[in-house]
Amino acid sequence: MSTDLVPLAFVMWAVTYPSRAVGLLAPALERLPRRALEYLRLVGPAILAALAAVNTVIATGEDGRASIALGVSWIAVVVSIGLVYWRRSLLLGLVAAVAIAAAGRAVGLD
Amino acid sequence: MLDGLGIVVGALGFGFVYGLTARTRADFSPIEASAMSLVAFGGAAQFAAIGYLVAGVSWPAIAVLTFLLNARHVLYSAALAPWFRGRSLPERAAAAHLLTDESFALSVAHFRRIGRFDPVGYWYPAIVTTLIPWNVATLLGVTVGAAIVEPRTLGIDVIFPAAMGGLAVGLITGRRELAAAMAGALIGVAVSLAVSATAGVIAGGVVGPLVGLAVPPREES
Repeated sequence: MSTDLVPLAFVMWAVTYPSRAVGLLAPALERLPRRALEYLRLVGPAILAALAAVNTVIATGEDGRASIALGVSWIAVVVSIGLVYWRRSLLLGLVAAVAIAAAGRAVGLD
Repeated sequence: MLDGLGIVVGALGFGFVYGLTARTRADFSPIEASAMSLVAFGGAAQFAAIGYLVAGVSWPAIAVLTFLLNARHVLYSAALAPWFRGRSLPERAAAAHLLTDESFALSVAHFRRIGRFDPVGYWYPAIVTTLIPWNVATLLGVTVGAAIVEPRTLGIDVIFPAAMGGLAVGLITGRRELAAAMAGALIGVAVSLAVSATAGVIAGGVVGPLVGLAVPPREES
């Protein structure tokens, strides 16, 4: 059983723990510049949206070149995001996404 | 209590999906997926790491992106600090490891409700409603995932982008966040087409917030 990625888990802990601890262990450091705090607050939505978009509409060919690929996955993800926004339930969105993708592929869409 | 139950259900479901996705998309072993959930213990960052690994992002770059993605915890930690004043250093150090979106939300609401620090009010949501269900569900998901031969036919391959999009929606509380998310997505796709998917993800995550900062915040009424 592979353990190659276990060190990566510790790397991720090492870069996450300081953010979690800075206020609790060194309260004097809690006052970052306001602009820096604003930037950090916006990183989450930006990077998660980038991951969602790139993993939904970008297909990388065997030659390594990226191209736009709009298939049933795109529909599934857009509907899922709409459901999460509407119902505030991530699980509901994920279930819908899987159902749409599976149903679409079952009828020949891709 | 009901809020805590909701978090348990969410952690169980999302942890299972994480384990499943880690296995089917990036071929994580149960040990690797469990190490991520126990040591790194950051849902969105763990999901994102799957995408980074599949895209071929290097470990140092993953470290930087994880730092940026989890940097929001600075805000949580700073907000909790006044409630933890006077608690021992080991307790605060352990509390920091278990600081998540969920434990923060539940504990701060509890402290504000009763007007003081309450140990159970932090450790219960951190351990019972988040850490344990997240890790149990991760192990179940990665184990079940090993038995799935063709995840694409079952639609499981869309879980990852759908989860990323859904998590982004959860963080959008104003037009600045919305602008950052939209810009992150567009820049991500554009740079992916021009350079590579790896560069696209990094560019979207780093430049997107700058676009958000350029949007004037909504004026308080």
